[in-house]
Amino acid sequence: MKALLVAEYRDGQLLGSTYELVAFANQLGAESAMFLVGSDSALPQYDGPLYLADSGKYSEFNPAVHKQLLLDVIAKEQPEMVVFAHSSYGWDLAPRIALTLGAAQVSEVVEIVDGVPVAPVCNSKLRRQVKANTDRTVVTLQAGAFGLSDEPSGSPTVEMIDTDSDSAAQIEFCGYEEAEAGGVDLSKADVIVSAGRGIGKPENLEIVEVLAKALGGEYGASRPVVDSDWADHSRQVGTTGQTVSPKLYVACGISGAIQHLAGMKKSEFIVAINTDKDAPIGEVADVLLVADLKQFLPVLTEKVRAL
Amino acid sequence: MKILVCIKQVPDMESKFKINAEGTWYDGIDLAWRMNEYDEYAVEQAVQLKEQVAGSDLTVLCIGRQQVQETMKKALAIGCDRGVHVADENSHQKDPFEIASVIAEFASDKGFDLIFTGMQSQDRGSAQVGVLIAEMLGMPSISTIVDFAFADGQISAKRELEGGIKALVKTTAPALVTCQLGLNTPRYPTLPNIMKAKKKELLSVEVADLLKVEAKQETAKIYFPEKKGGGLVLEGEVADLADQLIQILKDKTAVLA
Ligand SMILES: Cc1cc2nc3c(=O)[nH]c(=O)nc-3n(C[C@H](O)[C@H](O)[C@H](O)COP(=O)(O)OP(=O)(O)OC[C@H]3O[C@@H](n4cnc5c(N)ncnc54)[C@H](O)[C@@H]3O)c2cc1C
Repeated sequence: MKALLVAEYRDGQLLGSTYELVAFANQLGAESAMFLVGSDSALPQYDGPLYLADSGKYSEFNPAVHKQLLLDVIAKEQPEMVVFAHSSYGWDLAPRIALTLGAAQVSEVVEIVDGVPVAPVCNSKLRRQVKANTDRTVVTLQAGAFGLSDEPSGSPTVEMIDTDSDSAAQIEFCGYEEAEAGGVDLSKADVIVSAGRGIGKPENLEIVEVLAKALGGEYGASRPVVDSDWADHSRQVGTTGQTVSPKLYVACGISGAIQHLAGMKKSEFIVAINTDKDAPIGEVADVLLVADLKQFLPVLTEKVRAL
Repeated sequence: MKILVCIKQVPDMESKFKINAEGTWYDGIDLAWRMNEYDEYAVEQAVQLKEQVAGSDLTVLCIGRQQVQETMKKALAIGCDRGVHVADENSHQKDPFEIASVIAEFASDKGFDLIFTGMQSQDRGSAQVGVLIAEMLGMPSISTIVDFAFADGQISAKRELEGGIKALVKTTAPALVTCQLGLNTPRYPTLPNIMKAKKKELLSVEVADLLKVEAKQETAKIYFPEKKGGGLVLEGEVADLADQLIQILKDKTAVLA
Protein backbone atom coordinates (compact mmCIF):
# COMPACT_ATOMS: atom_id res chain seq x y z
CA MET A 1 0.00 0.00 0.00
CA LYS A 2 1.15 3.51 -0.78
CA ALA A 3 0.18 6.59 1.20
CA LEU A 4 0.73 10.22 0.30
CA LEU A 5 1.20 12.35 3.42
CA VAL A 6 0.15 15.98 3.23
CA ALA A 7 2.49 17.82 5.60
CA GLU A 8 1.66 21.18 7.14
CA TYR A 9 3.53 24.40 7.30
CA ARG A 10 2.61 27.71 8.93
CA ASP A 11 4.32 31.01 9.37
CA GLY A 12 7.64 29.66 8.17
CA GLN A 13 7.51 26.53 10.33
CA LEU A 14 6.86 22.88 9.63
CA LEU A 15 4.05 21.73 11.95
CA GLY A 16 4.51 18.83 14.36
CA SER A 17 1.36 17.17 13.03
CA THR A 18 3.49 16.15 10.04
CA TYR A 19 5.08 13.44 12.19
CA GLU A 20 1.69 12.09 13.20
CA LEU A 21 1.12 11.36 9.51
CA VAL A 22 4.44 9.52 9.37
CA ALA A 23 3.52 7.52 12.48
CA PHE A 24 0.21 6.60 10.86
CA ALA A 25 1.92 5.37 7.67
CA ASN A 26 4.41 3.38 9.76
CA GLN A 27 1.60 1.78 11.71
CA LEU A 28 -0.09 0.72 8.47
CA GLY A 29 3.19 -0.56 7.12
CA ALA A 30 2.58 1.64 4.10
CA GLU A 31 5.14 2.88 1.65
CA SER A 32 4.91 6.67 1.73
CA ALA A 33 5.71 9.91 -0.02
CA MET A 34 5.20 13.41 1.31
CA PHE A 35 3.72 16.60 -0.10
CA LEU A 36 4.44 20.02 1.36
CA VAL A 37 3.82 23.60 0.41
CA GLY A 38 6.59 25.08 2.50
CA SER A 39 10.23 25.89 2.21
CA ASP A 40 13.55 24.08 1.98
CA SER A 41 14.67 25.93 5.11
CA ALA A 42 12.23 23.89 7.24
CA LEU A 43 12.26 20.39 5.82
CA PRO A 44 10.76 17.43 7.67
CA GLN A 45 13.04 14.80 9.17
CA TYR A 46 11.76 12.03 7.01
CA ASP A 47 13.31 9.35 4.82
CA GLY A 48 11.41 9.32 1.56
CA PRO A 49 10.42 11.38 -1.43
CA LEU A 50 9.19 14.89 -0.64
CA TYR A 51 7.33 16.91 -3.24
CA LEU A 52 7.93 20.49 -2.24
CA ALA A 53 6.17 23.57 -3.56
CA ASP A 54 7.47 26.96 -2.51
CA SER A 55 5.06 28.68 -0.12
CA GLY A 56 6.65 32.00 -1.06
CA LYS A 57 5.29 31.49 -4.54
CA TYR A 58 2.06 29.61 -3.85
CA SER A 59 1.16 31.13 -0.43
CA GLU A 60 0.71 29.23 2.81
CA PHE A 61 -3.03 29.23 2.25
CA ASN A 62 -4.52 29.00 -1.19
CA PRO A 63 -6.90 26.04 -1.46
CA ALA A 64 -7.43 26.03 -5.22
CA VAL A 65 -3.72 26.20 -6.03
CA HIS A 66 -2.63 23.76 -3.30
CA LYS A 67 -5.30 21.42 -4.61
CA GLN A 68 -3.83 21.55 -8.10
CA LEU A 69 -0.27 21.01 -6.86
CA LEU A 70 -1.42 18.03 -4.80
CA LEU A 71 -3.48 16.51 -7.62
CA ASP A 72 -0.42 16.59 -9.88
CA VAL A 73 1.58 14.65 -7.28
CA ILE A 74 -1.26 12.16 -6.80
CA ALA A 75 -1.36 11.59 -10.57
CA LYS A 76 2.34 10.80 -10.49
CA GLU A 77 2.54 8.75 -7.29
CA GLN A 78 -0.82 6.96 -7.57
CA PRO A 79 -1.26 6.48 -3.80
CA GLU A 80 -4.11 4.34 -2.48
CA MET A 81 -4.49 6.70 0.45
CA VAL A 82 -4.05 10.46 0.85
CA VAL A 83 -3.46 11.39 4.48
CA PHE A 84 -4.07 14.77 6.13
CA ALA A 85 -4.12 16.00 9.71
CA HIS A 86 -7.66 16.79 10.87
CA SER A 87 -6.70 20.43 11.25
CA SER A 88 -7.76 23.77 9.85
CA TYR A 89 -5.53 23.07 6.83
CA GLY A 90 -6.46 19.41 6.46
CA TRP A 91 -10.24 19.60 6.79
CA ASP A 92 -10.24 22.48 4.31
CA LEU A 93 -8.17 20.80 1.60
CA ALA A 94 -9.14 17.13 2.02
CA PRO A 95 -12.75 17.34 0.69
CA ARG A 96 -11.55 19.23 -2.38
CA ILE A 97 -9.12 16.41 -3.16
CA ALA A 98 -11.56 13.60 -2.31
CA LEU A 99 -14.21 15.03 -4.61
CA THR A 100 -11.88 15.33 -7.59
CA LEU A 101 -10.52 11.82 -7.02
CA GLY A 102 -13.99 10.35 -6.49
CA ALA A 103 -12.60 8.94 -3.24
CA ALA A 104 -14.31 8.35 0.09
CA GLN A 105 -13.09 10.70 2.79
CA VAL A 106 -13.00 9.43 6.35
CA SER A 107 -12.63 12.33 8.78
CA GLU A 108 -10.95 12.47 12.16
CA VAL A 109 -9.64 8.90 12.22
CA VAL A 110 -8.62 7.90 15.75
CA GLU A 111 -7.41 4.38 15.09
CA ILE A 112 -7.29 1.61 12.51
CA VAL A 113 -8.79 -1.70 13.60
CA ASP A 114 -8.21 -4.67 11.28
CA GLY A 115 -7.51 -2.27 8.46
CA VAL A 116 -10.76 -0.34 9.01
CA PRO A 117 -10.66 3.33 10.05
CA VAL A 118 -12.52 4.31 13.23
CA ALA A 119 -13.95 7.80 13.78
CA PRO A 120 -15.70 9.45 16.74
CA VAL A 121 -19.43 10.22 16.78
CA CYS A 122 -21.42 12.53 19.08
CA ASN A 123 -18.61 14.28 20.89
CA SER A 124 -16.69 10.98 21.25
CA LYS A 125 -19.54 9.33 23.14
CA LEU A 126 -19.64 6.76 20.34
CA ARG A 127 -17.23 5.37 17.77
CA ARG A 128 -17.88 4.09 14.28
CA GLN A 129 -16.04 1.84 11.90
CA VAL A 130 -16.17 3.27 8.43
CA LYS A 131 -16.25 1.15 5.33
CA ALA A 132 -15.13 2.94 2.17
CA ASN A 133 -16.79 1.91 -1.10
CA THR A 134 -13.95 3.30 -3.17
CA ASP A 135 -10.50 1.82 -3.85
CA ARG A 136 -8.79 5.03 -3.05
CA THR A 137 -9.44 6.88 0.21
CA VAL A 138 -8.69 10.23 1.76
CA VAL A 139 -8.32 10.32 5.53
CA THR A 140 -7.82 13.07 8.09
CA LEU A 141 -6.25 12.07 11.42
CA GLN A 142 -7.41 13.30 14.79
CA ALA A 143 -4.73 15.45 16.43
CA GLY A 144 -2.68 13.36 18.83
CA ALA A 145 -4.21 10.02 17.84
CA PHE A 146 -1.02 8.77 16.19
CA GLY A 147 2.47 9.52 17.43
CA LEU A 148 6.02 8.46 16.69
CA SER A 149 7.60 6.44 19.46
CA ASP A 150 11.04 7.85 18.65
CA GLU A 151 12.27 11.28 17.75
CA PRO A 152 11.76 11.93 14.03
CA SER A 153 14.81 11.36 11.90
CA GLY A 154 15.93 11.13 8.29
CA SER A 155 16.24 13.45 5.36
CA PRO A 156 13.93 13.53 2.40
CA THR A 157 14.72 13.34 -1.28
CA VAL A 158 13.34 16.67 -2.36
CA GLU A 159 11.69 17.27 -5.70
CA MET A 160 10.53 20.83 -6.29
CA ILE A 161 7.12 21.09 -7.96
CA ASP A 162 5.26 23.84 -9.78
CA THR A 163 1.93 24.53 -11.34
CA ASP A 164 0.77 27.17 -13.78
CA SER A 165 -2.78 27.15 -12.44
CA ASP A 166 -2.30 30.45 -10.61
CA SER A 167 -5.43 31.66 -12.35
CA ALA A 168 -7.35 29.25 -10.14
CA ALA A 169 -6.60 31.42 -7.11
CA GLN A 170 -10.03 32.36 -5.82
CA ILE A 171 -9.06 33.14 -2.27
CA GLU A 172 -6.69 35.85 -1.26
CA PHE A 173 -4.69 35.17 1.91
CA CYS A 174 -3.84 38.45 3.65
CA GLY A 175 -1.78 37.28 6.62
CA TYR A 176 -2.16 36.07 10.19
CA GLU A 177 -3.64 37.63 13.26
CA GLU A 178 -2.01 36.44 16.48
CA ALA A 179 -4.14 35.35 19.42
CA GLU A 180 -4.80 38.30 21.71
CA ALA A 181 -1.92 38.93 24.05
CA GLY A 182 -2.36 39.71 27.72
CA GLY A 183 -4.66 38.21 30.29
CA VAL A 184 -3.58 35.38 32.56
CA ASP A 185 -0.81 32.92 31.86
CA LEU A 186 -2.50 29.66 32.78
CA SER A 187 0.65 27.68 32.06
CA LYS A 188 2.15 29.03 35.30
CA ALA A 189 -0.69 27.86 37.57
CA ASP A 190 -0.28 24.70 39.69
CA VAL A 191 -4.02 24.35 40.02
CA ILE A 192 -6.60 25.19 37.38
CA VAL A 193 -10.33 24.98 38.03
CA SER A 194 -12.19 25.31 34.74
CA ALA A 195 -15.77 26.26 34.05
CA GLY A 196 -17.72 24.68 31.21
CA ARG A 197 -21.12 25.31 29.73
CA GLY A 198 -22.52 23.29 32.63
CA ILE A 199 -22.24 26.41 34.80
CA GLY A 200 -25.45 27.46 33.04
CA LYS A 201 -25.14 31.21 33.51
CA PRO A 202 -22.35 33.75 33.89
CA GLU A 203 -23.12 34.41 37.57
CA ASN A 204 -22.06 30.86 38.36
CA LEU A 205 -18.53 31.51 37.18
CA GLU A 206 -17.94 32.95 40.63
CA ILE A 207 -18.28 29.61 42.44
CA VAL A 208 -15.60 28.24 40.11
CA GLU A 209 -13.39 31.24 40.65
CA VAL A 210 -13.59 31.09 44.45
CA LEU A 211 -12.71 27.39 44.46
CA ALA A 212 -9.72 28.16 42.24
CA LYS A 213 -8.63 30.82 44.74
CA ALA A 214 -9.18 28.54 47.74
CA LEU A 215 -6.91 25.99 46.05
CA GLY A 216 -4.34 28.68 45.29
CA GLY A 217 -4.87 28.44 41.56
CA GLU A 218 -6.43 30.15 38.55
CA TYR A 219 -9.71 29.58 36.86
CA GLY A 220 -9.90 28.42 33.25
CA ALA A 221 -12.78 27.88 30.87
CA SER A 222 -14.02 25.78 28.00
CA ARG A 223 -14.76 27.39 24.69
CA PRO A 224 -18.52 28.05 25.01
CA VAL A 225 -17.85 30.05 28.20
CA VAL A 226 -15.35 32.19 26.29
CA ASP A 227 -17.51 32.44 23.16
CA SER A 228 -20.33 33.76 25.35
CA ASP A 229 -17.95 36.42 26.69
CA TRP A 230 -18.28 35.11 30.24
CA ALA A 231 -14.51 34.70 30.42
CA ASP A 232 -11.48 36.14 28.67
CA HIS A 233 -9.95 34.20 25.76
CA SER A 234 -6.66 33.89 27.65
CA ARG A 235 -8.51 31.52 30.01
CA GLN A 236 -9.63 29.13 27.28
CA VAL A 237 -8.13 25.66 27.49
CA GLY A 238 -7.93 23.54 24.34
CA THR A 239 -6.72 23.37 20.75
CA THR A 240 -7.74 26.94 20.01
CA GLY A 241 -6.72 28.21 23.44
CA GLN A 242 -4.03 27.27 25.96
CA THR A 243 -2.36 23.92 26.52
CA VAL A 244 -1.81 23.37 30.22
CA SER A 245 -0.40 20.66 32.48
CA PRO A 246 -0.97 21.78 36.08
CA LYS A 247 -0.60 19.56 39.16
CA LEU A 248 -4.38 19.57 39.47
CA TYR A 249 -7.03 20.29 36.87
CA VAL A 250 -10.67 20.44 37.96
CA ALA A 251 -13.17 20.39 35.08
CA CYS A 252 -16.57 21.71 36.21
CA GLY A 253 -19.47 21.13 33.83
CA ILE A 254 -17.18 20.29 30.91
CA SER A 255 -18.19 17.38 28.68
CA GLY A 256 -14.68 16.54 27.49
CA ALA A 257 -14.72 17.22 23.76
CA ILE A 258 -11.48 16.21 22.05
CA GLN A 259 -10.56 19.85 21.44
CA HIS A 260 -10.78 20.55 25.16
CA LEU A 261 -8.96 17.36 26.17
CA ALA A 262 -6.09 18.24 23.85
CA GLY A 263 -5.39 21.25 26.05
CA MET A 264 -5.46 19.59 29.49
CA LYS A 265 -5.04 15.83 29.33
CA LYS A 266 -1.38 16.05 30.32
CA SER A 267 -2.35 17.52 33.70
CA GLU A 268 -0.91 15.49 36.58
CA PHE A 269 -4.23 14.89 38.31
CA ILE A 270 -7.66 15.45 36.80
CA VAL A 271 -10.94 15.81 38.66
CA ALA A 272 -14.23 16.20 36.82
CA ILE A 273 -17.54 17.33 38.20
CA ASN A 274 -20.41 16.46 35.93
CA THR A 275 -24.07 15.50 36.18
CA ASP A 276 -23.60 13.10 33.27
CA LYS A 277 -21.87 9.91 34.39
CA ASP A 278 -21.12 9.04 30.74
CA ALA A 279 -19.54 12.40 29.85
CA PRO A 280 -16.36 11.74 27.80
CA ILE A 281 -14.32 13.75 30.33
CA GLY A 282 -14.45 10.49 32.33
CA GLU A 283 -11.97 9.05 29.83
CA VAL A 284 -9.16 11.21 31.16
CA ALA A 285 -10.35 12.02 34.70
CA ASP A 286 -8.68 10.37 37.68
CA VAL A 287 -11.86 11.08 39.61
CA LEU A 288 -15.30 11.82 38.18
CA LEU A 289 -17.75 13.20 40.72
CA VAL A 290 -21.31 12.78 39.55
CA ALA A 291 -22.85 15.92 40.99
CA ASP A 292 -24.46 19.24 40.22
CA LEU A 293 -21.62 21.75 40.33
CA LYS A 294 -23.92 24.45 41.73
CA GLN A 295 -24.44 22.39 44.88
CA PHE A 296 -21.09 20.69 45.03
CA LEU A 297 -18.58 23.50 44.45
CA PRO A 298 -19.65 25.79 47.35
CA VAL A 299 -19.52 22.84 49.76
CA LEU A 300 -16.08 21.82 48.53
CA THR A 301 -14.78 25.38 48.73
CA GLU A 302 -15.96 25.67 52.36
CA LYS A 303 -14.21 22.45 53.29
CA VAL A 304 -11.00 23.41 51.51
CA ARG A 305 -10.97 26.77 53.31
CA ALA A 306 -11.48 25.02 56.63
CA LEU A 307 -8.36 22.87 56.18
CA MET B 1 -29.02 39.15 -2.80
CA LYS B 2 -29.95 35.47 -2.55
CA ILE B 3 -28.70 33.67 0.53
CA LEU B 4 -28.90 30.01 1.54
CA VAL B 5 -28.19 28.60 4.97
CA CYS B 6 -27.99 24.84 5.48
CA ILE B 7 -28.78 23.39 8.87
CA LYS B 8 -28.93 19.98 10.49
CA GLN B 9 -30.96 18.67 13.38
CA VAL B 10 -28.87 16.71 15.87
CA PRO B 11 -29.50 15.06 19.23
CA ASP B 12 -28.60 16.90 22.39
CA MET B 13 -25.10 15.62 23.13
CA GLU B 14 -25.96 15.11 26.81
CA SER B 15 -28.49 12.45 25.79
CA LYS B 16 -28.14 8.88 26.88
CA PHE B 17 -27.41 7.22 23.54
CA LYS B 18 -28.49 3.74 22.56
CA ILE B 19 -27.42 1.79 19.51
CA ASN B 20 -30.00 0.80 16.88
CA ALA B 21 -30.96 -2.82 16.19
CA GLU B 22 -28.68 -3.05 13.15
CA GLY B 23 -25.72 -1.71 15.14
CA THR B 24 -25.05 0.90 12.46
CA TRP B 25 -26.20 4.15 14.09
CA TYR B 26 -27.58 5.53 17.33
CA ASP B 27 -31.22 4.92 18.00
CA GLY B 28 -33.29 7.99 17.11
CA ILE B 29 -35.99 7.23 19.69
CA ASP B 30 -36.18 9.00 23.06
CA LEU B 31 -33.68 11.71 22.18
CA ALA B 32 -34.05 15.46 22.56
CA TRP B 33 -33.30 17.17 19.23
CA ARG B 34 -31.92 20.61 18.51
CA MET B 35 -30.19 22.67 15.85
CA ASN B 36 -26.55 21.70 15.27
CA GLU B 37 -24.60 24.20 17.34
CA TYR B 38 -22.35 25.30 14.47
CA ASP B 39 -25.43 25.98 12.33
CA GLU B 40 -26.83 28.38 14.92
CA TYR B 41 -23.91 30.67 14.07
CA ALA B 42 -24.51 30.12 10.35
CA VAL B 43 -28.16 31.12 10.66
CA GLU B 44 -27.32 34.21 12.71
CA GLN B 45 -24.67 35.34 10.21
CA ALA B 46 -27.03 34.76 7.28
CA VAL B 47 -29.75 36.80 8.99
CA GLN B 48 -27.28 39.60 9.74
CA LEU B 49 -26.24 39.67 6.09
CA LYS B 50 -29.87 39.74 4.98
CA GLU B 51 -30.48 42.69 7.30
CA GLN B 52 -27.40 44.44 5.95
CA VAL B 53 -28.18 44.07 2.23
CA ALA B 54 -31.58 45.50 1.40
CA GLY B 55 -33.85 43.32 -0.72
CA SER B 56 -32.14 40.06 0.28
CA ASP B 57 -33.92 36.76 0.35
CA LEU B 58 -32.84 34.06 2.78
CA THR B 59 -33.68 30.36 2.40
CA VAL B 60 -33.01 27.78 5.09
CA LEU B 61 -32.55 24.17 3.98
CA CYS B 62 -32.61 21.04 6.08
CA ILE B 63 -32.50 17.35 5.15
CA GLY B 64 -34.20 14.78 7.34
CA ARG B 65 -37.37 13.36 8.80
CA GLN B 66 -40.59 15.30 9.33
CA GLN B 67 -39.37 16.26 12.82
CA VAL B 68 -36.60 18.51 11.41
CA GLN B 69 -39.31 21.05 10.58
CA GLU B 70 -39.32 21.93 14.30
CA THR B 71 -35.70 23.03 14.03
CA MET B 72 -36.39 24.80 10.73
CA LYS B 73 -39.13 26.81 12.44
CA LYS B 74 -36.56 28.17 14.84
CA ALA B 75 -34.45 29.36 11.89
CA LEU B 76 -37.54 30.96 10.36
CA ALA B 77 -38.35 32.67 13.66
CA ILE B 78 -34.80 34.04 13.81
CA GLY B 79 -35.21 35.63 10.38
CA CYS B 80 -34.98 33.23 7.45
CA ASP B 81 -37.63 34.03 4.84
CA ARG B 82 -38.48 30.55 3.60
CA GLY B 83 -37.71 26.96 4.38
CA VAL B 84 -36.92 24.04 2.11
CA HIS B 85 -37.30 20.70 3.82
CA VAL B 86 -35.68 17.86 1.89
CA ALA B 87 -37.72 14.95 3.21
CA ASP B 88 -35.56 11.93 3.91
CA GLU B 89 -36.23 9.15 6.41
CA ASN B 90 -32.67 7.89 6.03
CA SER B 91 -30.58 11.03 6.04
CA HIS B 92 -28.57 9.68 9.00
CA GLN B 93 -27.27 6.90 6.75
CA LYS B 94 -26.14 9.23 3.98
CA ASP B 95 -22.49 10.09 3.76
CA PRO B 96 -21.18 13.66 3.45
CA PHE B 97 -20.79 13.23 -0.32
CA GLU B 98 -24.47 12.31 -0.77
CA ILE B 99 -25.68 15.10 1.54
CA ALA B 100 -23.55 17.69 -0.28
CA SER B 101 -24.72 16.36 -3.66
CA VAL B 102 -28.36 16.77 -2.66
CA ILE B 103 -27.81 20.36 -1.53
CA ALA B 104 -25.69 21.24 -4.58
CA GLU B 105 -28.37 19.75 -6.84
CA PHE B 106 -31.01 21.91 -5.15
CA ALA B 107 -28.84 25.03 -5.29
CA SER B 108 -27.49 24.56 -8.81
CA ASP B 109 -30.17 26.59 -10.61
CA LYS B 110 -31.08 29.03 -7.83
CA GLY B 111 -28.25 31.54 -8.21
CA PHE B 112 -27.37 31.92 -4.54
CA ASP B 113 -24.82 34.67 -3.91
CA LEU B 114 -23.84 33.36 -0.52
CA ILE B 115 -24.19 30.00 1.17
CA PHE B 116 -23.66 29.49 4.89
CA THR B 117 -23.16 26.14 6.61
CA GLY B 118 -21.81 25.05 9.98
CA MET B 119 -18.19 23.89 9.87
CA GLN B 120 -19.29 20.41 10.98
CA SER B 121 -22.14 18.59 12.64
CA GLN B 122 -22.00 17.66 16.29
CA ASP B 123 -22.91 14.04 15.69
CA ARG B 124 -20.86 13.00 12.63
CA GLY B 125 -18.29 15.74 12.81
CA SER B 126 -16.94 15.09 9.32
CA ALA B 127 -16.43 18.76 8.43
CA GLN B 128 -16.89 17.98 4.73
CA VAL B 129 -20.35 19.01 3.56
CA GLY B 130 -19.86 22.77 3.24
CA VAL B 131 -16.60 22.59 1.32
CA LEU B 132 -18.02 19.83 -0.91
CA ILE B 133 -21.11 21.86 -1.82
CA ALA B 134 -18.94 24.76 -2.92
CA GLU B 135 -16.64 22.51 -4.96
CA MET B 136 -19.65 20.92 -6.64
CA LEU B 137 -21.07 24.35 -7.48
CA GLY B 138 -17.66 25.63 -8.59
CA MET B 139 -17.58 28.50 -6.10
CA PRO B 140 -14.86 29.47 -3.62
CA SER B 141 -15.32 28.44 -0.01
CA ILE B 142 -13.78 29.58 3.24
CA SER B 143 -13.99 27.10 6.10
CA THR B 144 -13.97 27.57 9.88
CA ILE B 145 -14.70 31.29 10.00
CA VAL B 146 -14.85 33.26 13.25
CA ASP B 147 -15.33 36.66 11.62
CA PHE B 148 -17.31 37.70 8.55
CA ALA B 149 -17.79 40.98 6.70
CA PHE B 150 -19.42 41.71 3.37
CA ALA B 151 -19.10 44.86 1.26
CA ASP B 152 -19.49 45.47 -2.48
CA GLY B 153 -19.54 41.79 -3.36
CA GLN B 154 -16.33 41.17 -1.38
CA ILE B 155 -16.16 38.80 1.56
CA SER B 156 -13.54 39.35 4.23
CA ALA B 157 -13.31 36.58 6.77
CA LYS B 158 -11.06 35.24 9.48
CA ARG B 159 -10.37 31.53 9.56
CA GLU B 160 -9.58 30.11 12.95
CA LEU B 161 -6.39 28.08 13.11
CA GLU B 162 -4.91 26.01 15.93
CA GLY B 163 -3.72 27.90 19.00
CA GLY B 164 -6.16 30.77 18.48
CA ILE B 165 -4.29 32.25 15.51
CA LYS B 166 -6.45 33.55 12.67
CA ALA B 167 -5.87 33.75 8.94
CA LEU B 168 -7.29 36.78 7.17
CA VAL B 169 -8.80 35.86 3.82
CA LYS B 170 -10.82 37.51 1.11
CA THR B 171 -12.94 36.23 -1.72
CA THR B 172 -15.73 37.35 -4.02
CA ALA B 173 -19.37 36.29 -4.07
CA PRO B 174 -20.85 33.89 -5.06
CA ALA B 175 -19.11 31.95 -2.32
CA LEU B 176 -19.69 29.62 0.60
CA VAL B 177 -18.48 29.92 4.18
CA THR B 178 -18.52 27.32 6.95
CA CYS B 179 -19.11 28.74 10.41
CA GLN B 180 -17.17 28.02 13.59
CA LEU B 181 -18.37 28.44 17.17
CA GLY B 182 -18.15 32.00 18.46
CA LEU B 183 -18.56 33.63 15.03
CA ASN B 184 -21.29 35.89 16.44
CA THR B 185 -23.88 35.94 19.21
CA PRO B 186 -26.89 33.96 17.99
CA ARG B 187 -30.13 35.72 18.90
CA TYR B 188 -33.09 34.04 20.51
CA PRO B 189 -36.36 33.96 18.60
CA THR B 190 -38.91 36.33 20.12
CA LEU B 191 -42.50 35.27 20.69
CA PRO B 192 -43.97 37.55 17.97
CA ASN B 193 -41.38 36.23 15.52
CA ILE B 194 -42.19 32.65 16.45
CA MET B 195 -45.84 33.41 15.63
CA LYS B 196 -44.88 35.11 12.35
CA ALA B 197 -42.66 32.17 11.40
CA LYS B 198 -45.68 29.90 11.37
CA LYS B 199 -46.95 31.75 8.31
CA LYS B 200 -43.68 31.56 6.40
CA GLU B 201 -43.38 29.26 3.42
CA LEU B 202 -42.00 25.82 4.28
CA LEU B 203 -41.68 23.79 1.12
CA SER B 204 -41.08 20.06 1.20
CA VAL B 205 -39.22 18.20 -1.54
CA GLU B 206 -38.47 14.50 -1.75
CA VAL B 207 -34.81 13.56 -1.42
CA ALA B 208 -35.20 11.12 -4.32
CA ASP B 209 -35.75 14.10 -6.64
CA LEU B 210 -32.35 15.53 -5.72
CA LEU B 211 -30.19 12.49 -5.05
CA LYS B 212 -28.31 11.40 -8.16
CA VAL B 213 -25.21 9.79 -6.65
CA GLU B 214 -24.23 6.84 -4.52
CA ALA B 215 -22.54 6.82 -1.15
CA LYS B 216 -18.77 6.56 -1.07
CA GLN B 217 -18.70 5.19 2.47
CA GLU B 218 -20.90 3.64 5.10
CA THR B 219 -20.86 3.03 8.81
CA ALA B 220 -20.12 -0.65 9.24
CA LYS B 221 -20.55 -0.61 12.98
CA ILE B 222 -21.17 1.87 15.76
CA TYR B 223 -20.26 1.20 19.39
CA PHE B 224 -19.37 2.71 22.74
CA PRO B 225 -15.64 3.19 23.22
CA GLU B 226 -14.07 1.01 25.88
CA LYS B 227 -13.43 2.93 29.05
CA LYS B 228 -9.66 3.14 29.07
CA GLY B 229 -8.87 5.24 32.10
CA GLY B 230 -9.12 3.44 35.40
CA GLY B 231 -10.61 6.62 36.84
CA LEU B 232 -12.77 6.53 39.92
CA VAL B 233 -16.45 7.43 39.57
CA LEU B 234 -18.03 8.74 42.77
CA GLU B 235 -21.70 9.34 43.41
CA GLY B 236 -23.61 10.38 46.50
CA GLU B 237 -24.26 13.28 48.88
CA VAL B 238 -22.31 16.43 48.05
CA ALA B 239 -20.82 16.74 51.54
CA ASP B 240 -19.62 13.12 51.43
CA LEU B 241 -18.25 13.60 47.96
CA ALA B 242 -16.35 16.70 49.05
CA ASP B 243 -14.79 14.81 51.99
CA GLN B 244 -13.81 11.92 49.75
CA LEU B 245 -12.30 14.24 47.19
CA ILE B 246 -10.26 16.11 49.79
CA GLN B 247 -8.89 12.82 51.09
CA ILE B 248 -7.98 11.76 47.55
CA LEU B 249 -6.26 15.07 46.85
CA LYS B 250 -4.29 14.75 50.10
CA ASP B 251 -3.20 11.23 49.14
CA LYS B 252 -2.51 11.69 45.47
CA THR B 253 -1.45 15.32 45.01
CA ALA B 254 0.56 17.95 46.82
CA VAL B 255 -1.87 20.79 46.24
CA LEU B 256 -3.46 20.75 49.71
CA ALA B 257 -0.15 20.52 51.51
C1 LIG C 1 -11.89 23.43 15.55
C2 LIG C 1 -12.44 23.46 16.93
C3 LIG C 1 -11.70 23.98 17.95
C4 LIG C 1 -12.18 23.98 19.25
N1 LIG C 1 -11.40 24.47 20.27
C5 LIG C 1 -11.82 24.34 21.55
C6 LIG C 1 -10.98 24.74 22.65
O1 LIG C 1 -9.85 25.25 22.47
N2 LIG C 1 -11.45 24.58 23.91
C7 LIG C 1 -12.68 24.04 24.19
O2 LIG C 1 -13.04 23.91 25.37
N3 LIG C 1 -13.50 23.68 23.17
C8 LIG C 1 -13.10 23.83 21.86
N4 LIG C 1 -13.95 23.46 20.85
C9 LIG C 1 -15.36 23.14 21.16
C10 LIG C 1 -15.56 21.73 21.63
O3 LIG C 1 -15.77 20.88 20.51
C11 LIG C 1 -16.80 21.65 22.53
O4 LIG C 1 -17.91 22.19 21.87
C12 LIG C 1 -16.61 22.38 23.86
O5 LIG C 1 -15.38 22.01 24.47
C13 LIG C 1 -17.74 22.06 24.79
O6 LIG C 1 -17.61 22.80 25.98
P1 LIG C 1 -18.28 22.29 27.32
O7 LIG C 1 -17.76 20.96 27.67
O8 LIG C 1 -18.11 23.37 28.31
O9 LIG C 1 -19.83 22.25 26.95
P2 LIG C 1 -20.77 21.01 26.66
O10 LIG C 1 -20.18 20.06 25.71
O11 LIG C 1 -22.10 21.57 26.37
O12 LIG C 1 -20.81 20.25 28.07
C14 LIG C 1 -21.41 20.74 29.22
C15 LIG C 1 -21.26 19.68 30.29
O13 LIG C 1 -21.77 20.17 31.52
C16 LIG C 1 -22.46 19.13 32.18
N5 LIG C 1 -23.39 19.81 33.08
C17 LIG C 1 -24.54 20.48 32.76
N6 LIG C 1 -25.10 20.99 33.86
C18 LIG C 1 -24.29 20.65 34.89
C19 LIG C 1 -24.34 20.92 36.29
N7 LIG C 1 -25.31 21.64 36.84
N8 LIG C 1 -23.36 20.40 37.07
C20 LIG C 1 -22.35 19.67 36.53
N9 LIG C 1 -22.26 19.41 35.21
C21 LIG C 1 -23.22 19.89 34.41
C22 LIG C 1 -23.10 18.35 31.09
O14 LIG C 1 -23.40 17.03 31.50
C23 LIG C 1 -22.03 18.39 30.00
O15 LIG C 1 -21.16 17.28 30.11
C24 LIG C 1 -13.48 23.47 19.52
C25 LIG C 1 -14.25 22.96 18.48
C26 LIG C 1 -13.74 22.95 17.19
C27 LIG C 1 -14.57 22.37 16.09
